[in-house]
Amino acid sequence: MSLDTVENASKTPDVELPWAELGLKKDEYERVVEILGRRPTGAELAMYSVMWSEHCSYKSSKVHLRQFGEKAPQSDAMLVGIGENAGVVDVGQGYAVTFKVESHNHPSYVEPYQGAATGVGGIVRDIIAMGARPIAVVDPLRMGAADHPDTRRVLPGVVAGIGGYGNCLGLPNIGGELVFDACYQGNPLVNAGAIGVMRHEDIHLAKASGAGNKVIMYGARTGGDGIGGASILASETFDDAKPSKRPAVQVGDPFQEKLLIECTLEAFAEKLVVGIQDLGAAGISCATSELASNGSGGMRVELDDVPLRDSTLSPEEILMSESQERMCAVVEPSKVDRFLEICEKWDVIATVIGEVTDGDRLEIFWHGEKIVDVDPRTVAHDGPVYERPYARPEWQDALQADDANKLPRPSSSDELKAQVLALVSSPNQASKKWITSQYDHFVQGNTVLAQPEDSGMIRIDEETGLGVAIATDGNGRFAKLDPYTGAQLALAEAYRNVATTGAKPLAVSDCLNFGSPEDPAVMWQFAEAIRGLADGCLQLGTPVTGGNVSLYNQTGEAAIHPTPVVAVLGVIDDVARRTPVAFQEEGQLLYLLGDTKEEFGGSAWSQVVHDHLGGLPPQVDLERERLLGEILISASRDGMIDAAHDLSDGGLIQAVVESALLGGKGARLVVPDGLDAFTFLFSESAGRAVVAVPRSEELRFNDMCGARGLPVTRIGVVDGDAVDVQGEFALSLAELREAHEGTIPGLLA
Amino acid sequence: MARVVVDVMLKPEILDPQGQAVQRALPRLGFDGISDVRQGKRFELEVDGPVDDAALARIHELAETFLANTVIENFTVKVEEAVEPAVGAEK
Repeated sequence: MSLDTVENASKTPDVELPWAELGLKKDEYERVVEILGRRPTGAELAMYSVMWSEHCSYKSSKVHLRQFGEKAPQSDAMLVGIGENAGVVDVGQGYAVTFKVESHNHPSYVEPYQGAATGVGGIVRDIIAMGARPIAVVDPLRMGAADHPDTRRVLPGVVAGIGGYGNCLGLPNIGGELVFDACYQGNPLVNAGAIGVMRHEDIHLAKASGAGNKVIMYGARTGGDGIGGASILASETFDDAKPSKRPAVQVGDPFQEKLLIECTLEAFAEKLVVGIQDLGAAGISCATSELASNGSGGMRVELDDVPLRDSTLSPEEILMSESQERMCAVVEPSKVDRFLEICEKWDVIATVIGEVTDGDRLEIFWHGEKIVDVDPRTVAHDGPVYERPYARPEWQDALQADDANKLPRPSSSDELKAQVLALVSSPNQASKKWITSQYDHFVQGNTVLAQPEDSGMIRIDEETGLGVAIATDGNGRFAKLDPYTGAQLALAEAYRNVATTGAKPLAVSDCLNFGSPEDPAVMWQFAEAIRGLADGCLQLGTPVTGGNVSLYNQTGEAAIHPTPVVAVLGVIDDVARRTPVAFQEEGQLLYLLGDTKEEFGGSAWSQVVHDHLGGLPPQVDLERERLLGEILISASRDGMIDAAHDLSDGGLIQAVVESALLGGKGARLVVPDGLDAFTFLFSESAGRAVVAVPRSEELRFNDMCGARGLPVTRIGVVDGDAVDVQGEFALSLAELREAHEGTIPGLLA
Repeated sequence: MARVVVDVMLKPEILDPQGQAVQRALPRLGFDGISDVRQGKRFELEVDGPVDDAALARIHELAETFLANTVIENFTVKVEEAVEPAVGAEK
């Protein structure tokens, strides 16, 4: 194999490179040639192709994502915004919190355990790259049909992978979701979120400034795993003798990651680090080009010094390898020894692989020859940007005209009762205990709330009780019916879930899962969802701090439902004031907050009973959401409510059944005047919650709602060992528990 | 009766945290000169009846679908107490 050096590339302009196999389009390749003024070397092509991929460059989504910045609400809480590894939010008392959600969809489909595990590993490294100590993870999951054989293959592996990696790191898993829908068959969505905490003064940004500063790689050795396109470059063009089947799957080592966390935070604490970057997608290509272009621009790297697991790797493969548990730090020369000492203490391999230069080129050497000589900005930031055509799909009108409100409704109390049982036992509404009990919720001893609560909550200061809450939500069915409203409903639900537990919503991260951007219909869904989310965040005053876009979730012509998953982070001054979902005490009064309308489009009822998707999703009123949130937070702080549950999928009956089962206490419900029993129980109108109010607080609570103008309806009382809808039916808790908790084990265990 | 052995190893490119842990422990315990360790799994299957081509094909299938995760692992099948025919299958 002959080495393709920069010198060689200049002399041999006509050599054909496999740019198409590496995923570059013809005009993109021509642009690379134009930027360099010559053909790229193999190594340069490897870097450009992977950094200009959809995943790394956001080339299809960039023009739309700008709205998150343009429409960002004024917020004093934002300390670091979009563009860094993760956004940072001020939560008071000198603490800052960083959080982010990312996708690891495709790897988890190919190899569920390792795909999901390394998804957790990747998001946790984003958190430590900000200088924060990871404190919790969450995992929103979407799978194909619950009874499909492939779901049995994918889901248990994914759950075990998330649980295994998180447990080894000692991080509690406090939330997430699990949704089944045939549209995710072949494209399961495995999103992973993490939260980290730090003091304000410890915030660190990824950049490489100061000529002479050393670039240090530390963590795991670089191996041949996770190399997507590089294998083509290495095996088919340059050397036919190499093993050409490099698996695109990576295996993680959580114990190594735990060492990375401790080692990185200790280096931060001693202020040894100028810039830092985790190695995720695109590996060294990404880390070096981003560090260099975020700093003064110049960097020189000796690729021979990268510690390898497999000595046969070609330079292209080293540049593209996605081996896990690696980080890159920029350190002043005088502090290198101390940095290496800390790494040694933690048994982490660390090697100086290069230095920052005062030029503006990223130069990479291999066996003494220069194989990369590029302007790092052209690799990391100036990738192609596409204004993809988008158009409202022609089927959208027909879909919206297929009104779910016109579906046949139960005609008798018996039928109503049967439909309630069908709803609470359906895979999407059933208890997810079988999944979440495989995660460790309480490790580290700071978990206040975890699944199945409305939001996960973690205490961050033992003295004051300061805590943060996080909820993730997304409803692909609503977004399919109307992507703009669907995205706002996801935001509204996550916001409401945080407020329901008593925390004040502060900021948003998102994971936008869509089909192929080359399909104008999908691109329209994407554009609409972003517009909806950006408008919604502006109105609610919760800025988007960062996130992730996952496109091409598509098999053939069939794209997944547009699925914007929204994470909302909130803060609570004293976690002792939190509000749980479970009913606490018999005799407490149940109130329904908000307005209930006939809104069944995209509802769980329409799916479970009629296997139907059509009509319009529920309307969104974000001012109402904000008011509801304020009431729930005040009521929690002032001890006016003992339990609260947001109303979303499945409507009121689903919420009441969950609160009853979790508390082991039943409820007597009375259908309020002006509503029929069916609408009362199953409507999915947004902006609602059910709360349990101690009798001593009834007056004060009603006064507060009345004074602020929030509609409030008394709907019953916590009582007995059944959910009894007066005049309609009663279901014993035992019967409900069997229906609600038996489904998932029945499908998967 | 015969014994068929299925050896399962991670593919060479795949990270092997357990093997690495063993390798790191060796010098600490005074065992020098080992530059790499990779750890695998060995399954010993006691087979009823003759180990003929059909039986081996079946074992191959069970190894591929159940004993090994072929996304990240390779496996070999070999007959330890050969009756006949002594065919080794490799993947």
